[in-house]
Amino acid sequence: MQFKNIFKFHGGVHPNGNKSLSTSLPIGRLPIPKKLVLPLRQHVGRVAKLKVKPGDQVLKGQIIAEADGNVSASIHAPTSGKVLKISEEILPHPSGLPDFCITIEPDFKDTWIEKKPISWKKLDRTELIEALSQSGIVGLGGAVFPTHMKLRINQSQPINTLVINAAECEPFITCDDMLMRERADEIIQGALIAQTILGAKECVVGIENNKIEACEALKKAAQKTAIEIKVVPTVYPSGDAKRLIYLLMGIEVPKEKRSMDLGIQVFNVATVAAIYRYLELGEPSISRVVTITGAVKAPQNYEALFGTPLSELIIAAGGSPNKTKKFIMGGPMMGFDLPSIHVPVTKAMNCVIESSPELFPAPKPVMPCIRCARCADACPVNLQPQELYWFSKSSQLEKAKDYNLFDCIECGCCTYVCPSNIPLVQFYRYAKSEIIAQEKSKEAANTARERNEFRLARIEREKKERAERHAQKALGANEKQADDEKKSTIAAAMERVKQNQQENIKT
Amino acid sequence: MENRSPYIVDAPSVSVIMFKVLLALIPGIALYVYAFGLGVIINIFLASFTVILTESAILAIRKLPIKVFILDGSGLVAAWLLAISIPSIAPWWIIVLGTLLCISFGKHVYGGLGYNLFNPAMLGYAILLISFPLIMSQWQIPNNLIENNIDWLDQIKIIMNSSLLSKETIDAMSSATPLDYIKTQLTLHQPLNIIQQNKIFGFLGGKGLELISLGYLAGGLYLLKEKIISWHLPVAFLSSLFLISLIFYSIAPDTYASPLFHVMSGGSILCAFFIITDPVSGPTTPKGKIYFGIAIGLLVFIIRIFGGYPEGVAFAVLLMNIFVPLIDSLTQPRIFGHK
Amino acid sequence: MITALLVMIFLAVLLGLILGYSAIKFKVDGDPMVARIDAILPQTQCGQCGYPGCKPYATAIAKGEADINQCPPGGDTGAKALAELMGVEFKPLNQEHGLQKPKSVALIDESTCIGCTLCIQACPVDAILGAAKQMHTIIASECTGCELCLPPCPVDCITMEPVLENSQSWKWKYPVYNIQNTTGA
Repeated sequence: MQFKNIFKFHGGVHPNGNKSLSTSLPIGRLPIPKKLVLPLRQHVGRVAKLKVKPGDQVLKGQIIAEADGNVSASIHAPTSGKVLKISEEILPHPSGLPDFCITIEPDFKDTWIEKKPISWKKLDRTELIEALSQSGIVGLGGAVFPTHMKLRINQSQPINTLVINAAECEPFITCDDMLMRERADEIIQGALIAQTILGAKECVVGIENNKIEACEALKKAAQKTAIEIKVVPTVYPSGDAKRLIYLLMGIEVPKEKRSMDLGIQVFNVATVAAIYRYLELGEPSISRVVTITGAVKAPQNYEALFGTPLSELIIAAGGSPNKTKKFIMGGPMMGFDLPSIHVPVTKAMNCVIESSPELFPAPKPVMPCIRCARCADACPVNLQPQELYWFSKSSQLEKAKDYNLFDCIECGCCTYVCPSNIPLVQFYRYAKSEIIAQEKSKEAANTARERNEFRLARIEREKKERAERHAQKALGANEKQADDEKKSTIAAAMERVKQNQQENIKT
Repeated sequence: MENRSPYIVDAPSVSVIMFKVLLALIPGIALYVYAFGLGVIINIFLASFTVILTESAILAIRKLPIKVFILDGSGLVAAWLLAISIPSIAPWWIIVLGTLLCISFGKHVYGGLGYNLFNPAMLGYAILLISFPLIMSQWQIPNNLIENNIDWLDQIKIIMNSSLLSKETIDAMSSATPLDYIKTQLTLHQPLNIIQQNKIFGFLGGKGLELISLGYLAGGLYLLKEKIISWHLPVAFLSSLFLISLIFYSIAPDTYASPLFHVMSGGSILCAFFIITDPVSGPTTPKGKIYFGIAIGLLVFIIRIFGGYPEGVAFAVLLMNIFVPLIDSLTQPRIFGHK
Repeated sequence: MITALLVMIFLAVLLGLILGYSAIKFKVDGDPMVARIDAILPQTQCGQCGYPGCKPYATAIAKGEADINQCPPGGDTGAKALAELMGVEFKPLNQEHGLQKPKSVALIDESTCIGCTLCIQACPVDAILGAAKQMHTIIASECTGCELCLPPCPVDCITMEPVLENSQSWKWKYPVYNIQNTTGA
């Protein structure tokens, strides 16, 4: 197939898609589960402010946690019922650590709060963004950045192009594919709304050439619009926003800049569909399409309410034939092991793959790096992964930074092609989070230093002031005594500190 | 819990890469046998045997898994390259000693697979050349040029113990390489076209030797097709060697051999596809590979023409190995989105 | 002979001038030593090193009065960084000054606190809020975990709580793999 006006980026890999596993059946609907667990942090930014307390009755679509400031997103009740508790629960996060969640016990009536569709054509841009900041919509491609923030544009740089990301380049994931096949109209309408809000001159949909049906559906829906459907070659990671922009327009967005600064904004297909549903139908973000695939008996896509336990999804997909019960969230290139099958469906959960030794064999033994530079050939950012590996492995973090570690998008191409089976990306993740942690502790140390210096200056100042007061007023002995007492108490305290320390040393 | 994404890989293992390199050497070796008899096979056997024994012993001392690092094949590649680089009638202990030095000083002293600074095979070769210059310059005459066609038994005899053969037989079997011959004859002020009428010269390079070079070329093209090596190195090296010799040839064709002769003689083709393409001791950036190849091409020519040795591949490669870290750091490619 | 001498003299003068000029022109105004040492110290201000704070300890190191391995919160890593900066040999943490502990913050049991303000006066970074006869509380984000508030407390209502990893502070760990694990699997 010939690609017109496509700019190929450096590197990339061609893993087996395995997409047909989960595209034979239409998007299914899950029954309302017995409980819904909604994490307060499902987005990038500040954690949402709690609006309910245990025992409260809530209606479907009601805000149960409100966006805290601009970079935050609201959380809505996915169905009607009672707030059971607010507690720490295990989340679908690579750390496997718990965080605060609202648990709702559905009443199975599924009663909507009064839906308020917004006649978006009549409102101006600021009012629309204001309205969307209550929608709970975040980037559903996996980045979960609050969508209303991406619609805010600065005056100096108008948006020229709206890119709709329909690439879905990771193997196994088909939630966007199925959404496009079944709800192409919603996507096109949503894209038109987003284009209007942004004031973008043009709108391009970038879709990989392996999604023929979805592409046809989109083309049909976009017939009477100016939206251009552009087919890009199937090469991982074409779905990375910056890679997609390059594929479509030949523009490289630097690391320190956002595409917005260059007049381009990117939305995922599911995100624009959610914008459409919120404005036209008055339905906030309460569910998403999730792919459940891999070793499960009946892989399929499901429209799942946020907070649905993963175990319900597994049951719907026919259960798992394996005893190991290992599940991966995301795709096989960038996903991570889920800590439990009871984690809830969140806004970021696009795909769950049941792992099996046949699908994902255990990693082969690691050999030394032979500097073959296959990783460098595969790197879509044109980094030198073999050098970054060397520095990360030996914790030479400064050097790793010099070699542009933070340009790495952790796509996994380098590990995918490594003959020595080195878990390169894991080394980069380690090095990155170590650098970030060190910078944080440096910052904390600087604050502590400032506070300490301020305190010493204050004590000095107070001493001086006191001395002045003494001189001026020639105060009696009483106060002096009190002052001395105070001093001796402090001195005694300091003495005890010393003693204590010595004891500590002895023990 | 492990977070080891990507969960899928699609890469040939180090062993597969190395065994493909060995496979690619086979056409060259086959032509070697065709032109010069079985001597080279004996050397390859001796080298393989030595490398496995030596490496096993070193790995055992270093408490590393022996099976894994023997089967990665990198030791065998170095040993084979050394075995086909030395004269095929050198006594048996030459290749045994060379392999031993190559694997211990060229590879494991630096930390084994992936850590060596120098190309192990070329390091072994250079040590041998400096230590035993006479033996290392006694090359075999192609079979069809010897009047009393010697049999393979004679070759084994000469490798195992040269005193088993009469001096006349040995002299009849051996000669200098074409490169060596040109060098010595030029000092006698012979014009090149006369020199090249000697029977050891073939169509383009040395008789028999040029055939082997074609075999290596075929193997090299196979490696390119299999994406085991990148095109940068052979192209840069061969074109730089070709161009520099073309310049000198066009100035004084009486003193300087033709560019094609330089490309098809000595170890040029082997160097282009098998030696400078060693990933461990070579540069990793595309630009770096090109500079590295060009520099080695120039150095090979300079050493052949102006140096004390008739062939310069080993020294050129070793010299440039020193500069690899510098080349790499100076040729970092432009990163996506950077200026 | 004369020419050679003149050439050498000329070269010497020229190079001398270039060197002298670049020494002035490209002079690097580095931080004073004390500030550079202080930048490495963790700023816990705990005084375990035997000096009343990080800055005094930094001053003492710069003067050569104190050793580089007296800072327990900095641990071996800190000592290594100091050794590198000072150009001296690395020494592991001198345990006479204390052991390196996981980062903790102080917590006041607010039901026991009598509001005596003694801890407030002891806190080197003003991380304790409160007034006389009022309950005190600790600003956890500012607490350096120096433990200086523990001894003055007359009712022992302050405890040190180790800072646990949460989903925000969580870090990716150094990858674990084994090269020896080759024959079995």
